[in-house]
Amino acid sequence: MNNLFNIFLQPFSYDFMLRGLAASVIVGVVCAVVGVYVVLRGMAFFGDALAHAVLPGVALGYLLSGGSRDTLFWWALGAAVLVALAVGRISKHAEIREDTAIGILFASMFALGIALISTVRSYSVDLSHFLFGNVLGVSTRDLVLTSVFGGVVLLTIFLFYKEFLVLSFDPVLAATLRLPSGLLNNILLVLMALTVSVAMQTVGVALMVAMLVTPAASASLLTRRLWQGMLVSAAIGAFSAVTGLYLSYYFNIVSGSAIVLTATAIFLLVFLFQPRRGLVWKKR
Amino acid sequence: MYPRTLHQPDQPILDVLHLSVSYEGREALENITFHLHAGELVAVVGPNGAGKSTLFKVVAGVLPPTSGEVKISGYGPRGHICIAYVPQRSQVDWRFPASVADVVMMGRIRQVGFFRWPHRADWDTVHAALEAVDMNSMANRQIGELSGGQQQRTFLARALAQEAELVLLDEPLNGLDTPSQEAILSLLDKLRQQKITVMVATHDLGQAASRFDRVMLLNHQLVRFGSPQDVLTSENLLRAYGGHAQLIRGADGTTTLADTCCDGEEEHE
Repeated sequence: MNNLFNIFLQPFSYDFMLRGLAASVIVGVVCAVVGVYVVLRGMAFFGDALAHAVLPGVALGYLLSGGSRDTLFWWALGAAVLVALAVGRISKHAEIREDTAIGILFASMFALGIALISTVRSYSVDLSHFLFGNVLGVSTRDLVLTSVFGGVVLLTIFLFYKEFLVLSFDPVLAATLRLPSGLLNNILLVLMALTVSVAMQTVGVALMVAMLVTPAASASLLTRRLWQGMLVSAAIGAFSAVTGLYLSYYFNIVSGSAIVLTATAIFLLVFLFQPRRGLVWKKR
Repeated sequence: MYPRTLHQPDQPILDVLHLSVSYEGREALENITFHLHAGELVAVVGPNGAGKSTLFKVVAGVLPPTSGEVKISGYGPRGHICIAYVPQRSQVDWRFPASVADVVMMGRIRQVGFFRWPHRADWDTVHAALEAVDMNSMANRQIGELSGGQQQRTFLARALAQEAELVLLDEPLNGLDTPSQEAILSLLDKLRQQKITVMVATHDLGQAASRFDRVMLLNHQLVRFGSPQDVLTSENLLRAYGGHAQLIRGADGTTTLADTCCDGEEEHE
């Protein structure tokens, strides 16, 4: 019995593990809730692009501050908001298809980011932190920023719940009800940008889209109301974060990967065994 | 913000004046002028791509006109929340995680207001609206579980919950069986009794003739607008439908027009 307790408690006898746990759970929940809109509105590709496009902003901050990590959050935030609003504008005045525009923007921004980072000597280590996150390097300051901005995202989603619901289900209704659709759309894009910046330290740029999409996709298979989907998605996100950290600790896996793989395993289980609709049920 | 402050009681509910809309240089609607009065039930007919959906979207204030103007009860398009647009069923994501009651409540969010949650009274309105379309027993169903007729009635309930005074229905009868069509048509009669103005895009000229007060024949231009007898003449129909029309002279001397066109999409989404 004592042993079992030890397995669960031991990792968190270290302060940095506790901070990492708190940050991962917050990020897991915020990503999962925002992800419900990402999945509903078919914005997975956009989320991926946004995460990648943050890299040059972060790299620039990194170079300008001479390798310090303290200001990186703000650089990530600035870059994410800029890119989110830019893509929002591009897709409105579409001369080329939106996915093409995103494809061009995302790959080139990513390349620029890598190019910038590669000018620093120790670039492979730093790059891997940006790409895959570094949960164990979460400082108390990082944790405060994560909580504050994560809280802002969740609060905004709560406050605009019914407006975002209408905007996502029926944009024409939003227009006939004279809702400020453009403003609300931009708020939603900024929320995604905030989420991406908050999640960068924990899961990194490369795996971010999985945190946005996977828990929400599982939840969408299990629920039939938007708010239920958000709650279930948040629970899956939090559970994946905790489980991922344990796996990371005991099997010495990069934490971002471990969290994402846990979320994926949950999705596969749900996909196969969901009540009435799952593959396993259909076989019979 | 509320509709009544923007309404003059002595004005028609809808004035459309010299309205033109063009997309990428192609004229979808040309110089359309007409007026609707409260409680009228109007059928809008015309071949596919005639601009019926475009007209509805401009009237609803979703699409800006290229020239001309739309007035709701004597005032410009801004600020009105009294118009309900019910899209074609193919335009709706039926897998969306929302119940029937959720969808109907969506019509009321302006009455509820920003940063507020629906009150008991709002839910009462929603359930009364569902009761009016005989859908209250389905209130908690996910919208994807409904039949075509039930889906259409849910959106009508949404218009009622919105307290809409002008309701635009885009091909509501398409793909419905006869009893479901009949249910919708008798609901429209109820709306007329409540002085709600309704415009319905339809392909069924027989229903347009028998169940509506006035018929609008549209093909980019307003070919004719008036009582069914005046509008649905073979001459007018040939002018509107051109090559798509097929006139069949019945044994009893009546003329039937078979719209050879289909239930496909309009000219834009």
